[in-house]
Amino acid sequence: MEMITSLLAGILFATGVYNLLQKQLLRIVIGTALISHGAHLFILTMGKLKRGNPPIIVEGVENYVDPLPQALILTSIVISFGVTSFLLVLAYRAAKTNDTDNMDELRGNENE
Amino acid sequence: MSNLAVLPILLPLLAGIIVAFFNTKLTAVRLFSRIVAILNLVVVLYIGWDVYQNGTIILETGGWKAPYGIVLVADMLAMLLIITTNIIAVACVFFASKSLSDRKETYYFYTFFFLLITGVSGAFLTGDLFNLFVFFEVLLMASYALIVLGGEKVQLRESLKYVLLNLFSSMLFVTVISFLYSVVGTVNMAQVAERVQEVEQKGILTTIGILLFFVFATKAAVFPLYYWLPKSYIVPNPVVSALFGALLTKVGIYSILRTFTIIFHHEVDITHQLFLWLAAFTMLFGVIGSLSTHNIKLIVAYNIIPAVGFMLMGIALFTETSVAGTVYYLIHDMIVKGALFLLVGAIAILAGTSDLRKMNGLIHHYPVIGWLFFIASITLAGIPPFSGFIGKILLMQGGLEKDQYAVVIIGLLTSLLILFSMIRIFIQGFWGEKDETFTPDKKGARGFTWPIAFLVFFSIYLGVGAETVYPIVEEISKSLLDPSQYIESVLKE
Repeated sequence: MEMITSLLAGILFATGVYNLLQKQLLRIVIGTALISHGAHLFILTMGKLKRGNPPIIVEGVENYVDPLPQALILTSIVISFGVTSFLLVLAYRAAKTNDTDNMDELRGNENE
Repeated sequence: MSNLAVLPILLPLLAGIIVAFFNTKLTAVRLFSRIVAILNLVVVLYIGWDVYQNGTIILETGGWKAPYGIVLVADMLAMLLIITTNIIAVACVFFASKSLSDRKETYYFYTFFFLLITGVSGAFLTGDLFNLFVFFEVLLMASYALIVLGGEKVQLRESLKYVLLNLFSSMLFVTVISFLYSVVGTVNMAQVAERVQEVEQKGILTTIGILLFFVFATKAAVFPLYYWLPKSYIVPNPVVSALFGALLTKVGIYSILRTFTIIFHHEVDITHQLFLWLAAFTMLFGVIGSLSTHNIKLIVAYNIIPAVGFMLMGIALFTETSVAGTVYYLIHDMIVKGALFLLVGAIAILAGTSDLRKMNGLIHHYPVIGWLFFIASITLAGIPPFSGFIGKILLMQGGLEKDQYAVVIIGLLTSLLILFSMIRIFIQGFWGEKDETFTPDKKGARGFTWPIAFLVFFSIYLGVGAETVYPIVEEISKSLLDPSQYIESVLKE
């Protein structure tokens, strides 16, 4: 199971990076979203995927799941949600004001 | 009294939230922000004094014991940097109303300003790697909002790259933390350090260390990852540029300093050797950039990069002298960069242009700003008795102790070129014939002068009063090179 999720995380990273390197702004935003999904899946995998009881100390129960990766993912998801929504607004405004969503034309001084 | 450690995070956070509700009542908000900024400085000075007297303050948040909960570690290094941060914050809050338009101020400038301070203080204080990521995000979110404040064409264009790059490196940061978690099974820095020590930093851990360095190096603008910095730092308002230039890259350097002195210090031949050459290239390429342009803001922005190189060099050499040099250079550079960004911002507003070729004889109109700029420039270049000199001499001494002559020579050459790039602004912009047709804005200039003079005063004090600061820095350096001290104080074994 770890193998499959690791591979999936890898695929998400690869497609994310591919999209990040595109010229169209929207594709870049989608790329960042894919990368963050990859990272979250990766945290889950690294914390070992196993079945077990909730992490509450009860006598006689030995098999607990690790709560930390879940806490980390939750925090990370909230943050990347916020950043992605900000990025979408920013991309929209940037495309409107500069009359283009092509990164090549958003390059620098020579295009001012 | 361990709850003291949370105040540098809590005060600006609360202030930022309160200010958000009264954003249209500008006079009240300005007054309130100034009072809170000064109050915050007083509070952190008190905490710093307390830490200096009684040793590190550890706060286990929510009462969870050290390796399980999040800890805040207020040691001397963190407190020294937070005090410096708040000195800059005070200068910026007084400068803000002079350089920002009322409209920009009502669009939650002070809220984001305080959140930025919250994030920076939190990043300095935290003793938990994942929490470090969270505070990075807090300060980055605030910086995203500040960099687009005003929403001009060029701002939107440059901030897009800034946001994307930081987003990418943040995601990488999360990935690296999960790698580290799977290997050592903890994210508490002290416990990570302990466990890395137990297995003597085997191959995989060195790889994770380098990955972590890559993340911090992107934030700190180390060669070859500095390309995003100069242009995105000159587009926002001067006061925002000053905050960015003074604080953001330094958080990255601080993180490298912490992780590579406490955690990953067992394979010095691999990691620190790499840093040494990256430091040399960072210095060289940064200063070349600053010589390549006539835009005064861009010259100062490029000068951030060689400073990062100097600090990285101290970490790479990894001796007591050189780490002390890094810490000294860190506080010196925060203050002087804040002052310089405010200065070039003020000059650009007062002269009506940031193109060096269109300026002439400004010293006849604005003598005080001219001389302040001169002092700040030679401080940056490291002319004795100013503060840059003390940091640099420690770094060079460290380099000679380790027989790294090539890097020392590159460092000295870079200092010379920094001096050249800064003095060029002074000679071309301030010297020359008085332009009679130019009508100076004396009143505006006075408003700019005080916050800048405040920062320059501290900058001079760090140089002339080095006797009082250096013992603290030396102690910090000793404690950084002896990680067991940090581990024991956090885990209380």
